[in-house]
Amino acid sequence: MSTATTPTAYNYKVVRQFAVMTVVWGIVGMAMGVFIASQLVWPELNFGLPWTTFGRLRPLHTNAVIFAFGGCALFATSYYVVQRTSQARLVSDGLAAFTFWGWQAVIVLAAITLPMGLTSTKEYAELEWPIDILIAVVWVSYALVFFGTIMKRKMKHIYVGNWFFGGFILTVAVLHIVNSMAVPVSLTKSYSMYSGATDAMIQWWYGHNAVGFFLTAGFLGMMYYFVPKQAERPIYSYRLSIVHFWALISIYIWAGPHHLHYTALPDWAQSLGMVMSLILLAPSWGGMINGMMTLSGAWHKLRTDPILRFLVVALAFYGMSTFEGPMMAIKTVNALSHYTDWTIGHVHAGALGWVAMISIGSLYHLIPKVFGREAMYSTALINTHFWLATIGTVLYIVSMWVNGITQGLMWRAVNVDGTPTYSFVEALEASHYGFVVRMIGGAFFLIGMLLMAYNVWRTVRHSKAANLEAAAQTA
Amino acid sequence: MDNSTLQGLGTVFAMAAFIGVVIWAYSSHKKKDFDEAAQLPFADEDEHETSDEQHKDARSNKQ
Repeated sequence: MSTATTPTAYNYKVVRQFAVMTVVWGIVGMAMGVFIASQLVWPELNFGLPWTTFGRLRPLHTNAVIFAFGGCALFATSYYVVQRTSQARLVSDGLAAFTFWGWQAVIVLAAITLPMGLTSTKEYAELEWPIDILIAVVWVSYALVFFGTIMKRKMKHIYVGNWFFGGFILTVAVLHIVNSMAVPVSLTKSYSMYSGATDAMIQWWYGHNAVGFFLTAGFLGMMYYFVPKQAERPIYSYRLSIVHFWALISIYIWAGPHHLHYTALPDWAQSLGMVMSLILLAPSWGGMINGMMTLSGAWHKLRTDPILRFLVVALAFYGMSTFEGPMMAIKTVNALSHYTDWTIGHVHAGALGWVAMISIGSLYHLIPKVFGREAMYSTALINTHFWLATIGTVLYIVSMWVNGITQGLMWRAVNVDGTPTYSFVEALEASHYGFVVRMIGGAFFLIGMLLMAYNVWRTVRHSKAANLEAAAQTA
Repeated sequence: MDNSTLQGLGTVFAMAAFIGVVIWAYSSHKKKDFDEAAQLPFADEDEHETSDEQHKDARSNKQ
Protein backbone atom coordinates (compact mmCIF):
# COMPACT_ATOMS: atom_id res chain seq x y z
CA MET A 1 0.00 0.00 0.00
CA SER A 2 1.60 3.26 -1.07
CA THR A 3 0.90 6.56 0.62
CA ALA A 4 1.09 8.76 -2.47
CA THR A 5 -2.19 10.04 -3.80
CA THR A 6 -3.28 8.09 -6.83
CA PRO A 7 -6.38 8.51 -8.96
CA THR A 8 -7.81 5.35 -7.44
CA ALA A 9 -7.76 6.77 -3.90
CA TYR A 10 -11.21 7.23 -2.36
CA ASN A 11 -12.82 10.65 -2.11
CA TYR A 12 -12.93 10.96 1.68
CA LYS A 13 -13.01 14.75 1.68
CA VAL A 14 -16.76 14.92 1.06
CA VAL A 15 -17.30 12.13 3.60
CA ARG A 16 -15.34 14.11 6.23
CA GLN A 17 -17.33 17.27 5.47
CA PHE A 18 -20.68 15.55 5.78
CA ALA A 19 -19.59 13.59 8.89
CA VAL A 20 -18.54 16.74 10.76
CA MET A 21 -21.70 18.59 9.73
CA THR A 22 -23.81 15.65 10.96
CA VAL A 23 -22.51 16.31 14.47
CA VAL A 24 -22.94 20.09 14.13
CA TRP A 25 -26.53 19.91 12.80
CA GLY A 26 -27.35 17.16 15.30
CA ILE A 27 -26.52 19.56 18.13
CA VAL A 28 -28.41 22.46 16.51
CA GLY A 29 -31.52 20.39 15.71
CA MET A 30 -31.66 18.63 19.07
CA ALA A 31 -31.03 21.88 20.96
CA MET A 32 -33.98 23.32 19.06
CA GLY A 33 -36.00 20.26 20.12
CA VAL A 34 -35.11 20.73 23.79
CA PHE A 35 -35.99 24.43 23.48
CA ILE A 36 -39.46 23.84 22.03
CA ALA A 37 -40.04 21.04 24.56
CA SER A 38 -39.25 23.67 27.23
CA GLN A 39 -41.77 26.03 25.61
CA LEU A 40 -44.47 23.42 26.23
CA VAL A 41 -43.46 23.35 29.90
CA TRP A 42 -42.98 27.15 30.23
CA PRO A 43 -45.02 28.94 27.50
CA GLU A 44 -43.26 32.22 28.46
CA LEU A 45 -40.29 30.94 26.42
CA ASN A 46 -42.20 31.93 23.28
CA PHE A 47 -40.94 35.44 24.26
CA GLY A 48 -44.07 36.96 22.68
CA LEU A 49 -42.18 37.29 19.38
CA PRO A 50 -43.51 35.77 16.13
CA TRP A 51 -40.08 34.35 15.15
CA THR A 52 -39.66 32.39 18.37
CA THR A 53 -43.12 30.84 18.70
CA PHE A 54 -43.55 27.07 18.87
CA GLY A 55 -45.44 27.05 15.57
CA ARG A 56 -42.45 28.42 13.65
CA LEU A 57 -39.65 26.69 15.55
CA ARG A 58 -41.21 23.22 15.49
CA PRO A 59 -40.79 22.84 11.69
CA LEU A 60 -37.26 24.21 12.11
CA HIS A 61 -36.57 21.43 14.65
CA THR A 62 -38.01 18.69 12.43
CA ASN A 63 -36.19 19.94 9.32
CA ALA A 64 -32.92 20.29 11.23
CA VAL A 65 -32.95 16.81 12.74
CA ILE A 66 -34.39 14.93 9.74
CA PHE A 67 -32.81 16.68 6.77
CA ALA A 68 -29.76 18.39 8.28
CA PHE A 69 -28.62 15.80 10.86
CA GLY A 70 -30.14 12.69 9.25
CA GLY A 71 -29.45 13.92 5.71
CA CYS A 72 -25.77 14.67 6.35
CA ALA A 73 -25.39 11.27 8.07
CA LEU A 74 -26.89 9.57 5.01
CA PHE A 75 -24.69 11.48 2.56
CA ALA A 76 -21.54 10.74 4.61
CA THR A 77 -22.22 7.03 5.07
CA SER A 78 -23.57 6.35 1.57
CA TYR A 79 -20.54 8.02 -0.07
CA TYR A 80 -18.24 6.05 2.25
CA VAL A 81 -19.98 2.69 1.82
CA VAL A 82 -20.48 2.91 -1.94
CA GLN A 83 -16.77 3.64 -2.46
CA ARG A 84 -15.50 0.93 -0.13
CA THR A 85 -17.84 -1.84 -1.27
CA SER A 86 -17.35 -0.94 -4.96
CA GLN A 87 -13.58 -0.37 -4.62
CA ALA A 88 -14.03 2.74 -6.74
CA ARG A 89 -13.64 6.48 -6.21
CA LEU A 90 -16.77 8.63 -6.45
CA VAL A 91 -17.55 9.21 -10.10
CA SER A 92 -17.21 13.01 -9.85
CA ASP A 93 -15.47 15.05 -7.13
CA GLY A 94 -17.02 18.27 -8.42
CA LEU A 95 -20.57 16.95 -8.33
CA ALA A 96 -19.98 15.42 -4.88
CA ALA A 97 -18.74 18.81 -3.62
CA PHE A 98 -21.82 20.41 -5.15
CA THR A 99 -24.09 18.05 -3.18
CA PHE A 100 -22.30 19.08 0.02
CA TRP A 101 -22.48 22.85 -0.49
CA GLY A 102 -25.94 22.64 -2.05
CA TRP A 103 -27.30 20.66 0.89
CA GLN A 104 -25.77 23.07 3.41
CA ALA A 105 -27.36 25.97 1.48
CA VAL A 106 -30.76 24.27 1.74
CA ILE A 107 -30.30 23.92 5.50
CA VAL A 108 -29.28 27.57 5.96
CA LEU A 109 -32.22 28.73 3.82
CA ALA A 110 -34.55 26.61 5.97
CA ALA A 111 -33.10 28.17 9.13
CA ILE A 112 -33.82 31.65 7.71
CA THR A 113 -37.23 31.16 6.10
CA LEU A 114 -39.02 28.97 8.67
CA PRO A 115 -38.69 31.42 11.64
CA MET A 116 -39.83 34.17 9.24
CA GLY A 117 -43.06 32.22 8.84
CA LEU A 118 -42.50 31.34 5.17
CA THR A 119 -44.01 27.88 4.82
CA SER A 120 -45.94 25.75 2.36
CA THR A 121 -47.64 24.21 5.48
CA LYS A 122 -47.00 20.66 4.27
CA GLU A 123 -45.56 18.70 7.18
CA TYR A 124 -41.88 17.69 6.66
CA ALA A 125 -42.08 19.59 3.31
CA GLU A 126 -42.56 23.12 4.66
CA LEU A 127 -39.89 24.81 2.55
CA GLU A 128 -41.10 27.17 -0.18
CA TRP A 129 -40.76 26.50 -3.89
CA PRO A 130 -37.34 28.08 -4.70
CA ILE A 131 -35.75 25.94 -1.95
CA ASP A 132 -37.70 22.90 -3.20
CA ILE A 133 -36.12 23.38 -6.63
CA LEU A 134 -32.64 23.59 -5.07
CA ILE A 135 -33.37 20.37 -3.12
CA ALA A 136 -34.44 18.63 -6.34
CA VAL A 137 -31.24 19.71 -8.15
CA VAL A 138 -29.01 18.61 -5.27
CA TRP A 139 -30.87 15.32 -4.98
CA VAL A 140 -30.57 14.49 -8.68
CA SER A 141 -26.83 15.27 -8.43
CA TYR A 142 -26.64 12.93 -5.43
CA ALA A 143 -28.29 10.17 -7.51
CA LEU A 144 -25.81 10.77 -10.36
CA VAL A 145 -22.80 10.54 -8.00
CA PHE A 146 -24.13 7.44 -6.22
CA PHE A 147 -25.28 5.42 -9.22
CA GLY A 148 -22.34 6.62 -11.32
CA THR A 149 -20.00 5.20 -8.69
CA ILE A 150 -21.91 1.90 -8.66
CA MET A 151 -21.56 1.72 -12.44
CA LYS A 152 -17.76 2.02 -12.28
CA ARG A 153 -17.41 -0.52 -9.46
CA LYS A 154 -14.58 -3.04 -9.65
CA MET A 155 -16.62 -5.74 -7.93
CA LYS A 156 -19.13 -8.01 -9.62
CA HIS A 157 -21.88 -7.63 -7.04
CA ILE A 158 -23.69 -4.59 -5.69
CA TYR A 159 -23.64 -4.93 -1.91
CA VAL A 160 -27.08 -5.05 -0.24
CA GLY A 161 -26.34 -1.85 1.71
CA ASN A 162 -26.04 -0.04 -1.63
CA TRP A 163 -29.41 -1.45 -2.72
CA PHE A 164 -30.99 0.18 0.32
CA PHE A 165 -29.13 3.47 -0.24
CA GLY A 166 -30.10 3.39 -3.93
CA GLY A 167 -33.76 2.65 -3.19
CA PHE A 168 -33.80 5.50 -0.69
CA ILE A 169 -32.22 8.01 -3.13
CA LEU A 170 -34.56 7.16 -6.04
CA THR A 171 -37.75 7.07 -4.00
CA VAL A 172 -37.01 10.32 -2.14
CA ALA A 173 -36.45 12.04 -5.51
CA VAL A 174 -39.89 10.89 -6.72
CA LEU A 175 -41.62 11.73 -3.42
CA HIS A 176 -40.09 15.20 -3.16
CA ILE A 177 -40.80 16.21 -6.74
CA VAL A 178 -44.41 14.96 -6.79
CA ASN A 179 -45.36 16.35 -3.37
CA SER A 180 -43.73 19.75 -4.00
CA MET A 181 -45.69 20.46 -7.20
CA ALA A 182 -47.06 23.94 -6.62
CA VAL A 183 -48.17 27.11 -8.34
CA PRO A 184 -45.94 30.04 -7.26
CA VAL A 185 -47.63 33.39 -6.75
CA SER A 186 -44.49 35.18 -5.54
CA LEU A 187 -40.91 34.32 -4.65
CA THR A 188 -41.94 33.27 -1.15
CA LYS A 189 -45.50 31.99 -1.61
CA SER A 190 -46.99 29.11 -3.57
CA TYR A 191 -50.09 26.95 -3.51
CA SER A 192 -50.11 23.18 -3.85
CA MET A 193 -51.20 21.82 -7.20
CA TYR A 194 -53.48 19.35 -5.39
CA SER A 195 -56.57 20.09 -3.38
CA GLY A 196 -58.84 18.54 -0.77
CA ALA A 197 -58.54 14.82 0.04
CA THR A 198 -56.16 14.34 -2.91
CA ASP A 199 -53.77 16.90 -1.42
CA ALA A 200 -53.98 15.13 1.95
CA MET A 201 -53.31 11.74 0.35
CA ILE A 202 -50.33 13.02 -1.69
CA GLN A 203 -48.98 14.76 1.41
CA TRP A 204 -49.09 11.57 3.53
CA TRP A 205 -47.93 9.36 0.71
CA TYR A 206 -44.90 11.68 0.84
CA GLY A 207 -44.92 12.02 4.62
CA HIS A 208 -44.99 8.35 5.50
CA ASN A 209 -42.43 7.47 2.86
CA ALA A 210 -40.18 10.21 4.19
CA VAL A 211 -40.25 7.90 7.22
CA GLY A 212 -40.07 4.70 5.17
CA PHE A 213 -37.34 5.67 2.76
CA PHE A 214 -35.47 8.67 4.16
CA LEU A 215 -35.54 7.51 7.80
CA THR A 216 -35.67 3.74 7.29
CA ALA A 217 -34.30 2.41 3.99
CA GLY A 218 -31.33 4.82 4.03
CA PHE A 219 -30.43 3.96 7.61
CA LEU A 220 -30.86 0.24 6.88
CA GLY A 221 -28.19 0.74 4.22
CA MET A 222 -26.02 2.08 7.02
CA MET A 223 -26.94 -0.89 9.23
CA TYR A 224 -26.05 -3.47 6.56
CA TYR A 225 -22.51 -2.09 6.31
CA PHE A 226 -21.59 -0.86 9.79
CA VAL A 227 -23.06 -3.71 11.87
CA PRO A 228 -21.05 -6.39 10.00
CA LYS A 229 -17.96 -4.14 10.02
CA GLN A 230 -18.08 -3.39 13.72
CA ALA A 231 -18.98 -7.00 14.63
CA GLU A 232 -16.25 -8.22 12.22
CA ARG A 233 -18.48 -10.84 10.64
CA PRO A 234 -20.68 -10.88 7.53
CA ILE A 235 -24.41 -10.26 7.74
CA TYR A 236 -26.33 -13.20 9.32
CA SER A 237 -28.26 -14.04 6.14
CA TYR A 238 -27.61 -12.35 2.82
CA ARG A 239 -30.66 -14.14 1.38
CA LEU A 240 -32.89 -12.71 4.08
CA SER A 241 -31.47 -9.27 3.30
CA ILE A 242 -32.68 -9.58 -0.30
CA VAL A 243 -36.20 -10.62 0.71
CA HIS A 244 -36.05 -7.82 3.31
CA PHE A 245 -35.19 -5.23 0.65
CA TRP A 246 -37.87 -6.11 -1.90
CA ALA A 247 -40.61 -6.68 0.68
CA LEU A 248 -39.83 -3.45 2.56
CA ILE A 249 -39.75 -1.13 -0.44
CA SER A 250 -42.82 -2.63 -2.10
CA ILE A 251 -45.00 -2.47 1.04
CA TYR A 252 -43.91 0.83 2.64
CA ILE A 253 -45.16 2.88 -0.29
CA TRP A 254 -48.80 1.91 0.52
CA ALA A 255 -48.83 2.71 4.23
CA GLY A 256 -49.42 6.50 4.05
CA PRO A 257 -53.25 6.51 4.48
CA HIS A 258 -52.90 5.47 8.14
CA HIS A 259 -52.13 9.15 8.81
CA LEU A 260 -55.66 9.96 7.60
CA HIS A 261 -57.89 7.56 9.54
CA TYR A 262 -61.44 8.86 10.10
CA THR A 263 -60.95 11.76 7.67
CA ALA A 264 -62.55 12.59 4.31
CA LEU A 265 -60.21 10.06 2.66
CA PRO A 266 -62.28 7.19 1.16
CA ASP A 267 -62.77 4.32 3.60
CA TRP A 268 -61.19 1.71 1.33
CA ALA A 269 -57.99 3.79 1.16
CA GLN A 270 -57.86 4.02 4.96
CA SER A 271 -58.32 0.24 5.27
CA LEU A 272 -55.66 -0.39 2.62
CA GLY A 273 -53.23 1.83 4.54
CA MET A 274 -54.00 -0.03 7.76
CA VAL A 275 -53.53 -3.50 6.25
CA MET A 276 -50.30 -2.55 4.46
CA SER A 277 -48.97 -1.05 7.71
CA LEU A 278 -49.72 -4.32 9.52
CA ILE A 279 -47.96 -6.38 6.84
CA LEU A 280 -44.94 -4.07 7.18
CA LEU A 281 -44.18 -5.65 10.54
CA ALA A 282 -42.81 -8.73 8.75
CA PRO A 283 -40.08 -7.13 6.60
CA SER A 284 -39.21 -4.68 9.37
CA TRP A 285 -38.61 -7.45 11.88
CA GLY A 286 -36.87 -9.55 9.23
CA GLY A 287 -34.32 -6.76 8.90
CA MET A 288 -33.99 -6.27 12.63
CA ILE A 289 -33.46 -10.01 13.22
CA ASN A 290 -30.91 -10.12 10.39
CA GLY A 291 -28.93 -7.30 11.99
CA MET A 292 -29.13 -8.70 15.52
CA MET A 293 -28.26 -12.27 14.54
CA THR A 294 -25.10 -10.98 12.86
CA LEU A 295 -23.79 -10.82 16.40
CA SER A 296 -24.43 -14.49 17.14
CA GLY A 297 -21.20 -15.90 18.47
CA ALA A 298 -19.91 -12.38 19.10
CA TRP A 299 -22.27 -11.18 21.83
CA HIS A 300 -19.34 -10.76 24.20
CA LYS A 301 -18.15 -7.83 22.07
CA LEU A 302 -21.08 -5.81 23.41
CA ARG A 303 -19.42 -5.78 26.82
CA THR A 304 -16.36 -3.93 25.62
CA ASP A 305 -17.44 -2.08 22.49
CA PRO A 306 -19.83 0.85 23.02
CA ILE A 307 -19.93 1.52 19.25
CA LEU A 308 -21.39 -1.94 18.65
CA ARG A 309 -23.76 -1.30 21.56
CA PHE A 310 -25.05 1.85 19.82
CA LEU A 311 -25.71 -0.16 16.64
CA VAL A 312 -27.45 -3.04 18.39
CA VAL A 313 -29.59 -0.90 20.68
CA ALA A 314 -30.57 1.10 17.57
CA LEU A 315 -31.83 -2.17 16.08
CA ALA A 316 -33.73 -2.93 19.27
CA PHE A 317 -35.47 0.46 19.13
CA TYR A 318 -36.11 -0.14 15.42
CA GLY A 319 -37.84 -3.42 16.30
CA MET A 320 -39.84 -1.73 19.03
CA SER A 321 -41.04 1.21 16.95
CA THR A 322 -41.83 -0.97 13.91
CA PHE A 323 -44.05 -3.05 16.21
CA GLU A 324 -45.66 0.04 17.72
CA GLY A 325 -46.26 1.63 14.29
CA PRO A 326 -48.42 -1.14 12.79
CA MET A 327 -50.32 -1.36 16.06
CA MET A 328 -51.08 2.38 15.97
CA ALA A 329 -52.16 2.05 12.32
CA ILE A 330 -55.09 -0.19 13.38
CA LYS A 331 -58.10 2.09 13.11
CA THR A 332 -59.51 1.35 16.57
CA VAL A 333 -56.11 1.94 18.24
CA ASN A 334 -55.63 5.05 16.11
CA ALA A 335 -58.97 6.38 17.38
CA LEU A 336 -57.31 6.62 20.80
CA SER A 337 -53.74 7.50 19.82
CA HIS A 338 -54.14 9.98 16.98
CA TYR A 339 -53.50 13.68 17.70
CA THR A 340 -52.09 12.77 21.14
CA ASP A 341 -48.51 12.74 22.44
CA TRP A 342 -48.38 9.00 21.79
CA THR A 343 -47.66 9.83 18.13
CA ILE A 344 -44.82 12.15 19.18
CA GLY A 345 -43.42 9.40 21.39
CA HIS A 346 -43.62 6.86 18.55
CA VAL A 347 -41.80 9.19 16.16
CA HIS A 348 -39.02 9.76 18.69
CA ALA A 349 -38.66 6.05 19.45
CA GLY A 350 -37.76 5.82 15.76
CA ALA A 351 -35.91 9.12 15.46
CA LEU A 352 -33.80 9.02 18.65
CA GLY A 353 -33.66 5.26 19.24
CA TRP A 354 -33.20 4.07 15.68
CA VAL A 355 -32.12 6.87 13.32
CA ALA A 356 -29.89 8.86 15.67
CA MET A 357 -28.33 5.84 17.41
CA ILE A 358 -27.49 3.95 14.20
CA SER A 359 -26.01 7.19 12.78
CA ILE A 360 -23.98 7.90 15.92
CA GLY A 361 -22.63 4.34 16.02
CA SER A 362 -21.77 4.47 12.31
CA LEU A 363 -20.02 7.84 12.70
CA TYR A 364 -17.90 6.62 15.63
CA HIS A 365 -16.74 3.82 13.32
CA LEU A 366 -16.26 6.03 10.24
CA ILE A 367 -14.68 9.22 11.63
CA PRO A 368 -11.31 7.76 12.70
CA LYS A 369 -11.12 5.89 9.39
CA VAL A 370 -11.65 8.92 7.15
CA PHE A 371 -9.39 11.16 9.26
CA GLY A 372 -6.55 8.61 9.31
CA ARG A 373 -6.66 7.99 13.09
CA GLU A 374 -6.39 4.66 14.89
CA ALA A 375 -9.61 5.07 16.86
CA MET A 376 -11.80 7.67 18.54
CA TYR A 377 -10.02 9.78 21.17
CA SER A 378 -11.99 8.33 24.08
CA THR A 379 -13.93 5.06 24.29
CA ALA A 380 -15.09 6.00 27.80
CA LEU A 381 -16.81 9.09 26.39
CA ILE A 382 -18.55 6.94 23.75
CA ASN A 383 -19.78 4.73 26.57
CA THR A 384 -21.09 7.75 28.52
CA HIS A 385 -22.74 9.00 25.33
CA PHE A 386 -24.38 5.61 24.88
CA TRP A 387 -25.99 5.67 28.33
CA LEU A 388 -27.10 9.29 28.02
CA ALA A 389 -28.72 8.53 24.66
CA THR A 390 -30.43 5.36 25.88
CA ILE A 391 -31.76 6.86 29.12
CA GLY A 392 -32.82 10.03 27.28
CA THR A 393 -34.76 8.03 24.69
CA VAL A 394 -36.50 5.88 27.31
CA LEU A 395 -37.52 8.95 29.36
CA TYR A 396 -38.86 10.57 26.20
CA ILE A 397 -40.89 7.55 25.03
CA VAL A 398 -42.36 6.64 28.41
CA SER A 399 -43.47 10.19 29.21
CA MET A 400 -45.19 10.46 25.83
CA TRP A 401 -46.92 7.07 26.26
CA VAL A 402 -48.33 8.21 29.58
CA ASN A 403 -49.34 11.61 28.18
CA GLY A 404 -50.78 10.17 24.98
CA ILE A 405 -52.99 7.59 26.64
CA THR A 406 -54.07 10.14 29.26
CA GLN A 407 -55.02 12.65 26.56
CA GLY A 408 -56.79 10.06 24.41
CA LEU A 409 -58.88 8.77 27.32
CA MET A 410 -59.74 12.26 28.60
CA TRP A 411 -60.76 13.49 25.15
CA ARG A 412 -63.09 10.56 24.51
CA ALA A 413 -64.71 10.50 27.99
CA VAL A 414 -68.36 11.60 27.85
CA ASN A 415 -71.04 12.17 30.48
CA VAL A 416 -74.40 10.35 30.36
CA ASP A 417 -75.91 13.31 28.48
CA GLY A 418 -73.19 13.07 25.80
CA THR A 419 -71.20 16.17 26.78
CA PRO A 420 -67.39 15.84 27.16
CA THR A 421 -66.33 15.02 30.71
CA TYR A 422 -63.13 17.05 30.48
CA SER A 423 -62.28 20.31 28.75
CA PHE A 424 -59.22 20.41 26.49
CA VAL A 425 -57.38 22.54 29.03
CA GLU A 426 -57.87 19.87 31.72
CA ALA A 427 -56.17 17.31 29.45
CA LEU A 428 -53.38 19.82 28.83
CA GLU A 429 -52.87 20.36 32.57
CA ALA A 430 -52.71 16.58 33.07
CA SER A 431 -49.90 16.49 30.48
CA HIS A 432 -47.66 18.96 32.29
CA TYR A 433 -45.46 16.45 34.15
CA GLY A 434 -45.02 14.40 31.00
CA PHE A 435 -43.79 17.53 29.22
CA VAL A 436 -41.21 18.06 31.98
CA VAL A 437 -39.93 14.47 31.75
CA ARG A 438 -39.81 14.70 27.94
CA MET A 439 -37.70 17.85 28.17
CA ILE A 440 -35.28 16.14 30.57
CA GLY A 441 -35.03 13.10 28.26
CA GLY A 442 -34.28 15.36 25.30
CA ALA A 443 -31.64 17.21 27.33
CA PHE A 444 -29.94 13.87 28.16
CA PHE A 445 -29.77 13.08 24.46
CA LEU A 446 -28.42 16.55 23.64
CA ILE A 447 -25.70 16.34 26.30
CA GLY A 448 -24.60 13.06 24.70
CA MET A 449 -24.24 14.84 21.37
CA LEU A 450 -22.10 17.55 23.00
CA LEU A 451 -19.79 14.82 24.37
CA MET A 452 -19.63 13.39 20.86
CA ALA A 453 -18.63 16.78 19.43
CA TYR A 454 -15.79 17.05 21.97
CA ASN A 455 -14.68 13.48 21.28
CA VAL A 456 -14.71 14.07 17.51
CA TRP A 457 -12.76 17.31 17.87
CA ARG A 458 -10.08 15.62 20.00
CA THR A 459 -9.90 12.77 17.47
CA VAL A 460 -9.47 14.84 14.34
CA ARG A 461 -7.57 17.94 15.48
CA HIS A 462 -4.09 16.45 15.00
CA SER A 463 -4.97 14.79 11.71
CA LYS A 464 -2.37 15.92 9.16
CA ALA A 465 -2.62 16.03 5.38
CA ALA A 466 -0.44 12.90 5.20
CA ASN A 467 -2.88 10.98 7.46
CA LEU A 468 -5.79 11.99 5.28
CA GLU A 469 -4.06 10.87 2.09
CA ALA A 470 -3.00 7.55 3.56
CA ALA A 471 -6.53 6.93 4.85
CA ALA A 472 -8.05 7.46 1.42
CA GLN A 473 -5.90 4.85 -0.38
CA THR A 474 -7.77 1.86 -1.70
CA ALA A 475 -6.41 -1.32 -0.17
CA MET B 1 -63.88 -5.66 -14.39
CA ASP B 2 -65.30 -4.54 -11.07
CA ASN B 3 -63.34 -3.19 -8.16
CA SER B 4 -63.27 -6.35 -6.05
CA THR B 5 -61.93 -8.45 -8.93
CA LEU B 6 -59.17 -5.89 -9.34
CA GLN B 7 -58.37 -6.00 -5.63
CA GLY B 8 -58.33 -9.81 -5.72
CA LEU B 9 -55.95 -9.84 -8.67
CA GLY B 10 -53.76 -7.28 -6.89
CA THR B 11 -53.50 -9.55 -3.87
CA VAL B 12 -52.68 -12.58 -6.02
CA PHE B 13 -50.02 -10.60 -7.91
CA ALA B 14 -48.40 -9.33 -4.70
CA MET B 15 -48.36 -12.84 -3.22
CA ALA B 16 -46.87 -14.30 -6.39
CA ALA B 17 -44.19 -11.60 -6.50
CA PHE B 18 -43.28 -12.27 -2.87
CA ILE B 19 -43.06 -16.04 -3.38
CA GLY B 20 -41.01 -15.40 -6.54
CA VAL B 21 -38.48 -13.28 -4.65
CA VAL B 22 -38.21 -15.86 -1.86
CA ILE B 23 -37.67 -18.75 -4.29
CA TRP B 24 -35.07 -16.72 -6.20
CA ALA B 25 -33.22 -15.60 -3.07
CA TYR B 26 -33.15 -19.08 -1.54
CA SER B 27 -32.38 -21.04 -4.73
CA SER B 28 -29.21 -23.07 -4.36
CA HIS B 29 -27.52 -21.80 -7.53
CA LYS B 30 -27.48 -18.24 -6.14
CA LYS B 31 -25.71 -19.32 -2.96
CA LYS B 32 -22.18 -18.77 -4.23
CA ASP B 33 -22.98 -15.27 -5.52
CA PHE B 34 -24.58 -14.24 -2.25
CA ASP B 35 -21.74 -15.62 -0.17
CA GLU B 36 -19.33 -13.54 -2.23
CA ALA B 37 -21.51 -10.44 -1.96
CA ALA B 38 -21.78 -10.84 1.82
CA GLN B 39 -17.97 -10.48 2.03
CA LEU B 40 -17.92 -7.12 0.21
CA PRO B 41 -17.64 -4.96 3.35
CA PHE B 42 -14.37 -6.77 4.14
CA ALA B 43 -12.97 -6.74 0.59
CA ASP B 44 -10.69 -3.75 1.05
CA GLU B 45 -9.22 -4.54 4.44
CA ASP B 46 -5.63 -5.38 5.26
CA GLU B 47 -4.79 -9.08 5.30
CA HIS B 48 -4.77 -9.42 9.07
CA GLU B 49 -8.41 -8.39 9.29
CA THR B 50 -9.86 -11.08 7.03
CA SER B 51 -8.48 -14.33 5.72
CA ASP B 52 -6.48 -14.30 2.48
CA GLU B 53 -8.99 -16.61 0.92
CA GLN B 54 -11.91 -14.21 1.37
CA HIS B 55 -9.75 -11.38 0.19
CA LYS B 56 -8.79 -13.01 -3.09
CA ASP B 57 -12.32 -14.21 -3.78
CA ALA B 58 -13.85 -10.82 -3.32
CA ARG B 59 -11.20 -9.07 -5.40
CA SER B 60 -11.42 -11.32 -8.44
CA ASN B 61 -15.18 -11.12 -8.69
CA LYS B 62 -15.55 -8.56 -11.40
CA GLN B 63 -15.09 -10.06 -14.84
